[in-house]
Amino acid sequence: MKRSVVALAVMGLGLSLAHAQETVVRLGSVAPLTGTISHLGKDNENGARLAIEDANAKGVTIDGKKVRFELLGEDDQADPRTGTTVAQRLVDADVKGVVGHLNSGTTIPASRIYNQAGVPMVSPSATNPTLTRQGYPGVFRTIANDVQQGGMLGKFIVGSLGAKTVAIIDDRTAYGQGLADETEKAVKAAGGKVVAREFTTDKATDFNAILTKIRGVKPDAIFFGGMDAQAGPMLRQLKQLGIEAKFVTGDGGCSPEMIKLAGDAINATTYCSMPGLAIDKMPGGPEFRTRYKARFNTDVQIYSPYAYDAATAIIRAMQAADSAEPSKYLPALKKSNFQGVIGTVAFDDKGDIKEGAVTMYQYRNGAWSPM
Amino acid sequence: MEIFLQQLVNGLVVGSVYALVALGYTMVYGILGLINFAHGDLVMVGAMTALQTMLFLMGAAPGMSPLTMLTLSLAVAIPVCMMLGYTMERLAYRRLRNAPRLAPLITAIGMSFLLQTIAMILWGRNYHTFPQLVSTAPLQPVAGVFVTPIQVTIVVGSALIMAALIVLVTKTRLGRAMRATAENHRVAALMGVDTNLIIALTFVIGAALAAVAGVMYASNYGIAHYGMGFMPGLKAFTAAVLGGIGNLGGAMLGGIVLGLVESFGAGYIEHMTFGLLNSSYQDIFAFIILGLVLIFRPTGLLGERVSDRA
Repeated sequence: MKRSVVALAVMGLGLSLAHAQETVVRLGSVAPLTGTISHLGKDNENGARLAIEDANAKGVTIDGKKVRFELLGEDDQADPRTGTTVAQRLVDADVKGVVGHLNSGTTIPASRIYNQAGVPMVSPSATNPTLTRQGYPGVFRTIANDVQQGGMLGKFIVGSLGAKTVAIIDDRTAYGQGLADETEKAVKAAGGKVVAREFTTDKATDFNAILTKIRGVKPDAIFFGGMDAQAGPMLRQLKQLGIEAKFVTGDGGCSPEMIKLAGDAINATTYCSMPGLAIDKMPGGPEFRTRYKARFNTDVQIYSPYAYDAATAIIRAMQAADSAEPSKYLPALKKSNFQGVIGTVAFDDKGDIKEGAVTMYQYRNGAWSPM
Repeated sequence: MEIFLQQLVNGLVVGSVYALVALGYTMVYGILGLINFAHGDLVMVGAMTALQTMLFLMGAAPGMSPLTMLTLSLAVAIPVCMMLGYTMERLAYRRLRNAPRLAPLITAIGMSFLLQTIAMILWGRNYHTFPQLVSTAPLQPVAGVFVTPIQVTIVVGSALIMAALIVLVTKTRLGRAMRATAENHRVAALMGVDTNLIIALTFVIGAALAAVAGVMYASNYGIAHYGMGFMPGLKAFTAAVLGGIGNLGGAMLGGIVLGLVESFGAGYIEHMTFGLLNSSYQDIFAFIILGLVLIFRPTGLLGERVSDRA
């Protein structure tokens, strides 16, 4: 009797010791998993998940203990109010870092909550400039912001496409509006004339009324600031109304989904822009694409490489600082400098990624090809 | 002038779809006093079922003509929606017929969520491309107005269906029974009308209209997804109230008027308010009109027709 009690106690001690050797570090990922851009949201979460799985497979040691990363994936429905609720939930669940959110409209309010709790946040896709201008020390992004993107777009539309008159539509979200405003500024700076400024929402499917209005002013090019779920149908309706302007959109529309939704309406006069390099030109791009397809059985949409590198940045910073505590690894995160899937990942003093390249794409032969 | 005519065409197309859906809302409200929030999702089920059928046919019989494919898909979508409408009535709403008004209302909202979630599970969260089997290539522009064959089909088709419904309700025995039940279902029962059957038929007819509206809506825009029924449903209900709830003619008129108001509103609001408001307000423009109509004419444009609930 006594011997078996001792044996049990030793076993228990041994088990608890073995367990104590592995700590669980929780990271959060927030993206719209339901709603019109759920395919992009799932893409983001998958990118972060792949990074976590790679880290767990490699075996990461922090502060002498083996660490297992766990990803808490949350759905913010692309809605700013849900975004703040979800952010608070993650903070309460004691996450040590967050990859997210996807939309600028939800990332900006959520960043306030993460900042108050001292949890660092790296966004793979929020491009509105305001995000890093708020003065929060723990806010980063692995994607170029809309000042750079809008600037490039304006120059492209007036310069390369030779458009003298431009109509601009946005979806009234922080992202769409921000990008459209920057593009408008750049178009005017390049000498173009903005002949119409129309608005829709991120849930609309009928754009005939505003497109008819735009047809009346006969622009050379139309720019849409918003996501692929609207850009695709908008392109269809453009063709149905007999409008012959060139169609340009930003990174929100630069996805395979946009091509599917636009159907026959898409052709070589459709362009989109993407902050960063083309996935095939990214140093780790082609390999990432293959591994992603093998793991998730679906194609890379847009931002998963950026999400992968965002998660990797957090993990590497924790390793460099030898601590999973936000206050300790934040300085290391600030000084990140490594070769990720997208290229060099290094942040400037505001939290923006340093090499903010923007690539223009044209629709050719069933896919977006970089120009 | 060309912009005005084009906006008119746009508004008519959207309005026709709203009218079809509004009919379903108004018929049910007229008899039961129930706002069937799940009706918009029947539109979605119709579209998704048709989509599934089209995908199946395209795989199994690639040589089939587009018109045959469309007809067959409608032939599948309409009965499915009718069955779903009947099931909803039988399982959820019939038991609550004598309950206080709030209970069926909340049930309807719950039913709406249920349908959307089941659709999300079955068809995923992504937007699906809906095969546009009736051509969307614009016809020869008349007076600068571009019209596509699908838009013509929608307007003409809706008009025919609505005419058929009017004939059904005014000139047949079934229609007389429906009108009697709508007026006072207890007295109608005393007169020998099988009110349970009539109420079930009302749901079923409404569901059939919803299925057709769903296919039209999805064909016009080329996309279908699990949440596509919510907004059109809400707008169609608004149209039904605008025209006079319970009134069939009112629902049709309300639908067309709402479509036109949305179209002209988005197009001209900037002119009318001298640049103060712009097209980002296009959604609320319709609701402002609704508010104004209800303030000055509370029973709607053609007057409401709700049953006497003793």
